[in-house]
Amino acid sequence: MSVEKSSSLGRDAWLRLRANRMAMISLFILIGITTVSFIGPSISPYAYDQQNLDRVFEGPGKDHIFGTDNLGRDLFARTTYGGRISLAVGLLATLVSLVIGVSYGMFSGYTGGRVDAWMMRAVDVLYALPFTIFVILLMVMFGRNFLLLFLAIGAVEWLTMARITRAQTMNLKRAEFVEAARALGYSHGRILFRHILPNLIGPIIIYATLTVPAVMLLEAVLSFLGLGVQAPMSSWGSLIKEGAEKMDAAPWLLFFPGMFFCLSLFALNFLGDGLRDALDPKSSKD
Amino acid sequence: MKKFVFSRVLQAVPTLWVIATLTFFMTRYAPGGPFDTEKAIPQEIKVKLESHFGLDRPLFDQYLLYLKNLLRGDLGPSFKYPGWEVSELIATAFPVSLTLGVLSLSIALLIGIPAGIIAALRKNTWLDYLPMSLSMAGICLPTFVLGPLLIYIFSTQLGLFPPLGWYGPADWVLPSFTLGLFYAAYVARLTRAGMLETLQQDYVRTARAKGANPWQVVTRHALRGGLLPVVTYLGPAFAGLISGSFIIESIFFIPGLGKFFVTAAFNRDYTMVLGTVLFYAALIILLNLLVDLLQAWLDPKARQAQ
Amino acid sequence: MCTVLIFHKFHPLIALVGCLCVAWFVQGCSKPSNVETALNENILHFGLGAEPQHLDPHLATSVAAHNILSALLEGLVSEHPETLKPVPGVAQRWEKLEEGKTYLFYLRDNALWSNGDPVTAHDFVYSFRRILNPNLGAQYASMLHPLKNAKLYHEGKKSWEEANVGAEAIDNYTLKITLEHPIPYFLELLNHYSWFPVHRPTLEKFDAFEKMGTPWTKPGNFVSNGPFQLIEHQINSVIAVGKNEGYWDASSVRLEGIRFYPIESVDTEERAYRAGFLHLTQSVSADRIDYLKEKHPDELHFEPYLGTYFYRFNLKSPPFDDLRVRQAFSLAIDRQRLVDKVLKGGQTPANTFTPPGTGGFYPQPQFIHDPKKARRLLDSYLSEKGLERLPPIELTYNTSEGHKKVAEALHGMWNEALGVEIRLFNMEWKVFLSTISKGEFSLARAGWIGDYVDPHTFLHMWRSGEGLNMTGWTNASYDKALKLGETSNSEKERWENFQVCEDLLANDFPVLPLYFYVHLTLRHPTVRGWYPTLLDHHPYKYIYLQKEEAP
Repeated sequence: MSVEKSSSLGRDAWLRLRANRMAMISLFILIGITTVSFIGPSISPYAYDQQNLDRVFEGPGKDHIFGTDNLGRDLFARTTYGGRISLAVGLLATLVSLVIGVSYGMFSGYTGGRVDAWMMRAVDVLYALPFTIFVILLMVMFGRNFLLLFLAIGAVEWLTMARITRAQTMNLKRAEFVEAARALGYSHGRILFRHILPNLIGPIIIYATLTVPAVMLLEAVLSFLGLGVQAPMSSWGSLIKEGAEKMDAAPWLLFFPGMFFCLSLFALNFLGDGLRDALDPKSSKD
Repeated sequence: MKKFVFSRVLQAVPTLWVIATLTFFMTRYAPGGPFDTEKAIPQEIKVKLESHFGLDRPLFDQYLLYLKNLLRGDLGPSFKYPGWEVSELIATAFPVSLTLGVLSLSIALLIGIPAGIIAALRKNTWLDYLPMSLSMAGICLPTFVLGPLLIYIFSTQLGLFPPLGWYGPADWVLPSFTLGLFYAAYVARLTRAGMLETLQQDYVRTARAKGANPWQVVTRHALRGGLLPVVTYLGPAFAGLISGSFIIESIFFIPGLGKFFVTAAFNRDYTMVLGTVLFYAALIILLNLLVDLLQAWLDPKARQAQ
Repeated sequence: MCTVLIFHKFHPLIALVGCLCVAWFVQGCSKPSNVETALNENILHFGLGAEPQHLDPHLATSVAAHNILSALLEGLVSEHPETLKPVPGVAQRWEKLEEGKTYLFYLRDNALWSNGDPVTAHDFVYSFRRILNPNLGAQYASMLHPLKNAKLYHEGKKSWEEANVGAEAIDNYTLKITLEHPIPYFLELLNHYSWFPVHRPTLEKFDAFEKMGTPWTKPGNFVSNGPFQLIEHQINSVIAVGKNEGYWDASSVRLEGIRFYPIESVDTEERAYRAGFLHLTQSVSADRIDYLKEKHPDELHFEPYLGTYFYRFNLKSPPFDDLRVRQAFSLAIDRQRLVDKVLKGGQTPANTFTPPGTGGFYPQPQFIHDPKKARRLLDSYLSEKGLERLPPIELTYNTSEGHKKVAEALHGMWNEALGVEIRLFNMEWKVFLSTISKGEFSLARAGWIGDYVDPHTFLHMWRSGEGLNMTGWTNASYDKALKLGETSNSEKERWENFQVCEDLLANDFPVLPLYFYVHLTLRHPTVRGWYPTLLDHHPYKYIYLQKEEAP
């Protein structure tokens, strides 16, 4: 009689993910875009900030496969360079917000009572702080170090992550399996990490994949206000912003960075969905 | 329940106080003041201006004076628009932002929730991918792209709606849609995720196993839990809509609160910044209270625990 | 079962779609645009570009404020719509005495305020006194320093009576003005809003003589003596003025009213124009010029504008403490290319600081393009300091797409010619002003629009210790020549001295003039009586709306 090979949570998850067609396509798209963004500026014959004032606003063609912008800079170089920045920013800020937000929310939701009340009041306070001022101040105090800027964005994004985590934790806290675990005498820590956290992973991943685009968009909003990446650097956000206003005259300026941007976001979301489905403990081994 | 509401209102007071204090000192700490001007006014004149507005007094005194006025409901005069009171300006801008916010949120919910529910029910089929992909367009196209795009299509080319302004219902359509689609995407995703979670729950599966009508399963059992993440999201979303819609207001030339907010920050219009921040904060607190009440209603177990 | 489910869910969606269809239908019978209705209503729809901070002429500082104030108020003189030369305003005629040290203005007796009160010489004296009042803190008070002893009073050294300031009402309709020294362009100065009169009873009612921030400038309170009066003011939305029937020349005024829209986003303003919402825009984005030239060639206007766009060096901040480096930076710029390829608005490259032709002054072009010499100068500096290349240079500018574009273009030029790395720093306006005035910059963007048509308005900036200087440059010869140019009566002598000033600037390079402004605007063909002027002043009483003639 053969014994079924025991499967770890991770392996199960990976198998399920593999079976999800959309998720795998998304994964490949993401890998593709990331690769292009990282090698693009190196393989391009033009530097991202190389101007050619005689060839402004050219459409896609032989020399410039994506066209040129208002100073004759090659759009392919700028788009791929912008990819590096946008992706790095997105991941970094999201990671920051994840770590802070989930810990905070879990702790607050689980502890409940007064501690929870005060912790959520603190979140309310921070939520109502004017983001613009906060960022202006930080920009001025720490100089235009854009890494720090996005740590700042991440530090603002965690608030919603904490809220959602807390709501879900409170929900789960009352679930029977948790009550059962308490009855069995398991420690709080163990309950938090072995029982509650796995059930949070679904919403966390979904929210994380929603946070990455939010961060990238936030960076674009800051560029709109003049607080984002410094010229002549480009990010997808700043490129899209420039492209949007010229869309009737030079649509390629919006199209290419926009395409990269949207594809990344699509992919991130489908991948996130796939991960969520794959990691959902309930559907293992019925 | 009454006790719950009352205690939250009580908690609001120190919260607002903390926010006022933090903002007050933060804005003063930022470099540049309301009277930094290009013509570099002589020091004596600058001093006079600052003293007129009480800016030459020690910072802590100014702070106390501000708090005192606040308790009387006086938000002070605006520095950027002398002759106008902050409360006056907020009173003109808020109804505009409120309308925009309500319309946008309605669009977001009316599109997002049904889309999310269908996607959850028909998971991993085309009825899942299609609405989710379309809603992706809402998320990945920022408002400053979606706005000009919608203007280009519906205003410039088709001439159906005006491209800017806030004078009549016709002006409301494009801005609300631009903002609304953005949030619809989030709402759809959260609804879908929430529904999926809930549909897996034992009490739902039990209902199904018992042979309950699927429609009933959805509305009576799953929907409450499923909408939970959306409801949690609603509070900050709405408040954000109202004051954070600066970009929409800039693109569509709408005299809303977001514009005042950002202009005040850039101009070091201290009183205006404080005024709008406090207003925004009070609004969030109120909305959060409503959201929590709604949440409690949706989640029976949480309600028991209250 | 599924279809029922779907229908139920789509119900609200169907309702929404239904509502939208109705709305669309109602809207589909599209209403006429502002420009179309304006032909009947005679209302001008004006893109203001920014919300003015003050409607108080003694506190205002912006172009936006000027555009409104020139509709609401009138000074002693007014402007000819084409040449901007002084023409009778409230003053019917005037006499120039003592070679220009004294003026006698004879006011017309039918000039009225919008509430029926007559405009008298006392009103002007009161107004001058107000803006010079040391407690008011008016930024443009220095515009009135040409009045004898005005400076003493303004600095609080003497009271008005003690100082015997040179403005005296001989009787109700005669005003005597005494100046510190003759000023050739004095009458032109009078068209600046700082010289405009205000209605005394209104200011006294609101206790506004020494205080800023009173509500006297709100609609319903504001009393005007100009062709229009203030009807509506909604911040960030609209400022509406309507015809002032009490104005002495009301019969010449053909517009019924003007609506000013403070649209800040230049792209939104363009959309507004193209949709017929505005008759004219405040500006046009440089990137749109080619497109607009093609699609709306008759409506895109390039009008010379009296202003210089330049960069400031900080002479206290190495390497700009060395003349060779500053000179190298100047020589490395191809201004013609900047203007042709980047700005594209027909701007002129700035080879001098003062725009040529200002008031009749034609300075010698001296800021030239010579990249080879630039390289040599830089190399000489580098070898002396023992450096391979310059450390990265910080370039500071205030946030704007236009400034960014210029900064990026120059970054490219300097990189190419000098191999120097430039780091661009944009900051929002307040932080920018604060940073510059504190001297915390290396190289910063700047611009200056002339307040009146005379080289003095440009050259006075570089006087030693002048508030606007901010470069740290001082030069005694410059100060001396400037003073002579200020006070001399002979035009020849003035131009000679101003030329000396220009020479000194071109030798020492405290600043980098780049180009002379052009006012870019979109204007609808139905707007008539509008002429391009150097100061972008367009007296409204000559403007009218008329349908385009059929070809």
